Amino acid sequence: MLLIHCPYCGVERPEIEFSCRGEAHIARPADPSATTDEEWAEYLYLRTNTKGVYAERWRHIHGCGRFFNAVRETVSDKFLKVYKAGEPKPDLDQIAKEAGK
Amino acid sequence: MSQPFRTEKGGRIDRGAQLSFNFDGETLQGHKGDTLASALLANGIHLVGRSFKYHRPRGILTAGSEEPNALVGIYRQGDQTPNMRATQVELYEGLEAISQNRFPSLGFDIGAVNDLMSPLFPAGFYYKTFMWPKAFWDRVYEPIIRAAAGLGKPPKNPDHDKYANLYAHCDVLVVGSGPAGLAAALAAAETGARVILCDEQAEFGGSLLSEDGATIDGKAASEWVAETIAALEAKDHVTLLPRTTAFGYFAQNYVALAERVTEHLSDPDPKLPRERLWQLRAKEVVIAAGAIERPMVFPENDRPGILVADAGRTYLNRYGVKVGHKVLVATACDTAWQAAFDLADHGTEVVAIADLRHNPPENLIAIAEARGIRVERGCVITGTNGRKRVSGALLGRVSPNGAVSSAGEVTCDAILMSGGWTPTVSLYSQSRGKVVWKEDMGAFVPGLHVQNERSAGACHGVYGLTETLADGYAAGEDAAKAAIGKTAKLTYATASGADAGTGGTLGDLPHDRNASRVKAFVDYQNDVTAKDVKLAVREGMHSIEHIKRYTTTGMATDQGRLSNMNALQIASTALAKPLTDVGLTTFRQPFTPTTFGTFASTSRGDFFDPVRKTPSHDWAVAQGAAFEDVGQWKRAWYFPKDGEDMHAAVARECAVARESVGLFDASTLGKIEVVGPDAAEFLERMYTNPWKKLAPGRCRYGLMLNDAGFVIDDGVVGRMAEDRFHVTTTTGGAAHVFATMEDYLQTEWPDLDVWITSTTEEFAVAAVQGPKAREVIAPFVEGIDLSADAFPHMSVATGTFCGVPCRLFRISFTGELGFEINVPRRHGKMVWETLAKEIEKHNGVPYGTETMHVLRAEKGFIIVGQETDGTVTPDDLNMNWAIGKKKADFVGKRGLARPDLVAEGRKQLVGLLTEDPKVVLEEGAQITKDANPATGTPAEGHVTSSYHSPAAGRSIALAIVKNGRALMGETLNVPMPDGAIPVEVVEPIFYDKEGARLNV
Ligand SMILES: [Zn+2]
Repeated sequence: MLLIHCPYCGVERPEIEFSCRGEAHIARPADPSATTDEEWAEYLYLRTNTKGVYAERWRHIHGCGRFFNAVRETVSDKFLKVYKAGEPKPDLDQIAKEAGK
Repeated sequence: MSQPFRTEKGGRIDRGAQLSFNFDGETLQGHKGDTLASALLANGIHLVGRSFKYHRPRGILTAGSEEPNALVGIYRQGDQTPNMRATQVELYEGLEAISQNRFPSLGFDIGAVNDLMSPLFPAGFYYKTFMWPKAFWDRVYEPIIRAAAGLGKPPKNPDHDKYANLYAHCDVLVVGSGPAGLAAALAAAETGARVILCDEQAEFGGSLLSEDGATIDGKAASEWVAETIAALEAKDHVTLLPRTTAFGYFAQNYVALAERVTEHLSDPDPKLPRERLWQLRAKEVVIAAGAIERPMVFPENDRPGILVADAGRTYLNRYGVKVGHKVLVATACDTAWQAAFDLADHGTEVVAIADLRHNPPENLIAIAEARGIRVERGCVITGTNGRKRVSGALLGRVSPNGAVSSAGEVTCDAILMSGGWTPTVSLYSQSRGKVVWKEDMGAFVPGLHVQNERSAGACHGVYGLTETLADGYAAGEDAAKAAIGKTAKLTYATASGADAGTGGTLGDLPHDRNASRVKAFVDYQNDVTAKDVKLAVREGMHSIEHIKRYTTTGMATDQGRLSNMNALQIASTALAKPLTDVGLTTFRQPFTPTTFGTFASTSRGDFFDPVRKTPSHDWAVAQGAAFEDVGQWKRAWYFPKDGEDMHAAVARECAVARESVGLFDASTLGKIEVVGPDAAEFLERMYTNPWKKLAPGRCRYGLMLNDAGFVIDDGVVGRMAEDRFHVTTTTGGAAHVFATMEDYLQTEWPDLDVWITSTTEEFAVAAVQGPKAREVIAPFVEGIDLSADAFPHMSVATGTFCGVPCRLFRISFTGELGFEINVPRRHGKMVWETLAKEIEKHNGVPYGTETMHVLRAEKGFIIVGQETDGTVTPDDLNMNWAIGKKKADFVGKRGLARPDLVAEGRKQLVGLLTEDPKVVLEEGAQITKDANPATGTPAEGHVTSSYHSPAAGRSIALAIVKNGRALMGETLNVPMPDGAIPVEVVEPIFYDKEGARLNV
């Protein structure tokens, strides 16, 4: 069971308080009607599924209820960074380099 | 009762405490402090089981948790627990054990014929033999394999034992209490760190408990152990956990421990659990798991009476048991010599020490000669005799070029063997560390660290008592410093004796026998021989992962702790590749078999899953209602009267609801309060329907899609005020819809000024449906004008009901005049019971979920999850009317324009009528054009709902059928095992098509 730091509560809590909601920074297109079928399919279904450093959404569902983002190394399961929803996507390559991955 | 193999004195057993126990019906004696294995050996019993595949007689091989052979069933309080390792079962008065995998008896076993037929069971025999014909698998092969293979018999009754679970935290966890573990715990505890020390054995001390010769700081090893434990016990911040296996090492130093609390007691306190699961988060971990001795792979190395050498020494020194009266010691390393010396000193005849090495250490040879022990150098065992117990061995002389010539025969009643030592890297490996190969040691040892752990002692590749202690102290200091930043330098204890020693061998040993005819076992528990591993290589398995699966070597409960290194060397030689290129399989959790009870802990029976009850629950129970589970909810299914079956009860409930009135508990529906200046805008985006123009006091049916365009939920939404909506969802979808709303609100549209709150549990909901509904509720309503003009269908208002605050909806899921009365949950029981009494005046009935289903199906109302399966669009359901066409966007709008969702040939909701009105179709049944379609013909659709309809006076069904709307009036078929059922495609509505009954 992982320990996850909630950036809203400011505390580390066990994984069972959270739910993972998939890859982060997949924004819903502002004007869906302007997207092509390919673009919409990509928004719906295509994810990078990285082996390595990955930004994903988590929700502190049994705590404060807030959605936030986390950078996790998917091989070791190590959390490298957590940040609030709406904050910009960090430089994953830089984070990977700092973590020695 | 005599115990013929018990020594005169010595050992850690309590000779004053004699215990009776029973093995396969025979009453035997042992002592307090014995394991079942040591007590059996004291009675001269080596044969304890039959092997897995060949049913060969097998004896006790080891003295630890790695034991592959001595698996027994233990009876306790009428139940039997199979596959307990006799080496770990502590003896208690009255213990009852049985051997396994034999029929009719251990001594005469019919399955042993497998041994004679062994040419039929080569490596990969499952894959080769049982492939054809396919139909034989289910009927012939599988039942036979299941009956013949497998070890113990599973218990038949529910487990009556209790299990407990606890969460714990510590600074330093030390796994293993041998010299390294004790030293590590001492060093860490000295700094003030919170230490947990666990060991799978009953007593702390590990190898020191079997160490008679060595001293630590000038004291006997056992004395040092006792003092160390006393010192640790005296510290409040140290927790000692004997009989506790660290069986799983997970991410972020989360370690699972299984503590056996009462299994060793003959009469345990019934309040105590049998086992306790510790879910432990340790800041730092010291793994001091030790090493295990490898068997030697020589022909017939599996006869009862053949043990690894250190086990022989442990039985002697710790338990006061001699493994035999005439013992042959075969070894490739120094440590086994000490076993020979200890046995000789206790009066056992050591017939010879056969050392594979041509030049074993001279000092050992001198000691042996001083005791008059025959020493053979460059010597191997090339075969053994004896059926149920070894009776002799063939020796072979290995010439420097590897050729073997006979060196005669010896008579013996036990053989101790040692191929050297394998560090126990299982937990380290579970922590995701990668082992590295040490050529000089012939062993894999821990390499880089992924988690906050370090290994110490033998599992770290450090041997010799002084060196092991030093490694343990250093590891404990290091762990405490990393955990709490403190140091406290202890004076390291030093030892004399128990030196590291040299030597060791891997793989199968040379012999002069016919290689195709002899069995030299690599994996005892799975009956895998050296020959099998070689065959697997010849047949193209080149990676250890393939060899493992093909031969099943290393797939037994010890995960190959005993066998992996030998198997790897054999494969490496056969492949002519370096051992490290063949690869090592991964060790996984659990380290040793762990009971399901430990994992389940208290999550069983009533505690397995929460039960949610509605306010009418107790009333419905008293009425004799039948219940069904809907998610975690218990819902009244139907209310049988006077011995009615379900069919009769539902028919009556349906009829009465349409004739006069029915009362239904709708409290389980999900409810969400959506509030704020942007509430309407938010619903505009979440639902297909338009909301902005919905007036306060009005309701609308809402349809929710996902962004792919598929229906995921529905429900009625009432506008309570400009900025406040009462949203209802399906019972099963409540949590998901709420989470989805939160998701969009928090992450896509954080600019919207809206709050959402789950109110499912806040309201009790009584639905009153039927022509008399208004009359039934009217006496209790205050503050709401119920007249048809003032309060038409799809209205909502607040007022009071029975004097309590109420949100009253005029809505209908039945097609009849209907009201849903939402009151604070705490008043739900009172309101329900009031209404239940009131409907009696109108000859009304309470009805359950089955009648609810029938009534709505008669009207063609869908149920999300029944008519839909996540691939159904509003158009498929004939529900385009629910889509706000003028809206620029809503969740799912863009999805609805995807090519596949607008393509021809989609499956559409229709009604079906069987030719025979009495035939009720099966829900889920496939629909085809032809009555007898060719195999492989895709179905045109499937039946989604099917009932007998009292209103229609016949069976009805809803279905999803390809191009269904274009097929009205046509006949399709529903093929069933006893023939196809012809059905007519009709509009999906069977009652009151005009909806006249609603507007009264
Ligand atoms: Zn939080």
